[in-house]
Parts: sequence; C-alpha cells; structure tokens
Amino acid sequence: MLDFLARLLGRESPGSKDVAKERLRLVLVHDRADVSPQLLQLLKNDMVEVISKYMEIDEKGLDVTLERADNQVALVASIPVKKMKRVAHLA
Amino acid sequence: MSEVIVVTSGKGGVGKTTVTANIGCGLAMLGHKVVLVDADTGLRNLDVVLGMENRIVFDLTDVIEEKCRLRQALIKDRRFEELFMLPTAQTKDKSAVTAKDMQNICAQLREHFDYVIIDCPAGIEQGFQSAVAGAEKAIVVTVPEVAAVRDADRVVGLLEAKAEIHDPKLIINRLRVQMVQRGDMMTLEDMHDILGLELLGVIPDDERVVVATNRGEPVVTDEDSISGRAFRHIVRRMLGEPVPLMNFDHREGFLSRLRKIMGLG
Repeated sequence: MLDFLARLLGRESPGSKDVAKERLRLVLVHDRADVSPQLLQLLKNDMVEVISKYMEIDEKGLDVTLERADNQVALVASIPVKKMKRVAHLA
Repeated sequence: MSEVIVVTSGKGGVGKTTVTANIGCGLAMLGHKVVLVDADTGLRNLDVVLGMENRIVFDLTDVIEEKCRLRQALIKDRRFEELFMLPTAQTKDKSAVTAKDMQNICAQLREHFDYVIIDCPAGIEQGFQSAVAGAEKAIVVTVPEVAAVRDADRVVGLLEAKAEIHDPKLIINRLRVQMVQRGDMMTLEDMHDILGLELLGVIPDDERVVVATNRGEPVVTDEDSISGRAFRHIVRRMLGEPVPLMNFDHREGFLSRLRKIMGLG
C-alpha cells in the first residue's frame, strides 16, 4: 500500500530504462569487439610497438581480451616480459 | 541522382516492412519515382502491407531466372502514379537470390527510379547479405527494447564490414510516450548515446498503424494520425529538409498534472 502511494505521488524508484541502458552499454562492448576482431588486432599491434620501446616482450604469449566484472568491462592484457631495456637507450 | 536504400534491423518484428511501405508512399506522394523491393524471399509481406497481394504475376526470382523482364514484375500502385513494387517469391527460400543478383537488379532499377528502397529480411545470414549487397545507404529500424537495440547495433557493424555502408540512419519505431515519461522506456537520447547514429525519426506507438495495415493503406496517407505525420516528417528529412523532431510531451496524464498541482513534479 505504501508502495502504491509512493508511486501515485511520483516518488517511485527510478524507472527500468536506466537498467536497460546500462545492460546494453555493457553487452555492446563485447558485441562490437566480436563484429570486428581486427580492432583488437590493431590494438595489439600498437601495444607491442609501444611496449617494445621499453622492454623486450614475448609477442607470441601476448593475450588481450575484454573481461566483464560486475558493472564494467575491462581490457585485460597479459604480456610476458623477457627483458627490461636500459634507460640509456631511450634518450 | 538516384539512391538505393536498404531498410534493415537484425531483429524481426520491429517494423521494417511498415517503414519501407510508408517512406516509399511518402516519397511518391511528393512526386518522386519510387520502387520498393521485397527482399524477404519466402516470407514476403510488403505486398499485403501495400494492398497489392492480388496483383502479383511475376516476382524477383522470375526476373533472376529470366522467366520475365524486370518491367513485367513491377506492380504499379493504384494511388500514386510514381510508386512501384517488386515482389519476391513466397514459395522459394533465401538462396534463390544472391548478392550478385541483387546488385544487378538494383543497378537496373536505379536507371528508372529516384529511390530504390529494399525491405530486408530479419537476421544476418544470406538473406540479409543479399539484400544489402545492392544498396549504398541504409536505414536501421529499432524499437526501444534491449533485444532490438542490441541487434540494431550488430547490424550497423555488419553493414560496415560486409557492405561498406557507413553511417546508416536510425528510425525508432513504436515509442510509447507514457512509458518514457515514467522512466520505463529508453528515450531518444538514450538510444542515440548507445548506438551513435543520426536519428531520422521516431514513430510513436499508434493503433492507426494497425488499422491502416489491415486495410493495405500505409498510414503515411492518413492525414490525421500522429504516426502518419511522423512518417511524413521522416520523408521530408530524407529530402534534406531540417524538420525538428516531434515533441510527444504535450499530452499530460492525470497523475503528472496532479503531481504538479501538489508541487511534486
């Protein structure tokens, strides 16, 4: 009854559309990555290029994925490092 | 300069055929030469929505198999001089029409018409891939529900990847104004945020669409209906006129008035 009164007076909990929007936002991150796997590949290539400036990495062991945890999607990269470069090289 | 536009959605039942019929009629009402192509082989419906179901002699697959000439398969609308429809077969399946076939047919049609509008089947398999093959532009239809919006997003990706159709325009169908007002349906802004597409128009959920379809007369010809007006606006936007989006908020419900009176609104 209280619930009904609250709704009548416009004090209801926020509508379901925000839930819909949030769920869509998360699911589309994955869907879009699936539609264009080349996007992740391009990202991998760029990451290898940048990281290789600072360390020697095992490109074959490189793993980049999107992982979902609770309310967010995270880009998780596992990059085996073989060797650090010396700072002197970078200057 | 003619345009070949595919009307697609991914998910079924969101109103592709209704949208195709109405924008086609709307363009023809303004004097443009239009042909509507039903690409939903095996589940054709554009004929019934347009009230042409009793006049089909030849269809798209007959043209492809060279059983008739393209001209012979076109059905002329009785209301509008400049409106034609190319039906597809009901007794064959999607494999009867290939991407190459559609490219050929569309190339021929565009010689004679200002607008070639293709009603795409649901799904993303061969039927979809053939239907989009001859098009250079796309209209994506969705309804404000998670399943339909998700599928619309996927179709946008596939249009780009498979058919090199970029920046499709969005039509949101069956918007329920009262549900939006109480926060239980996604708003236009929400869907724009999610899909990132330019909005061509919004069709409010309207019984008159059902009534019009029952009669085989597209609702765009119904002067008094709000959905007919929405379709006429969409057509004008397609022609480049900057028609502002309709404001659906003018009809206030009893409760929202009460809320305002009580100072809670």
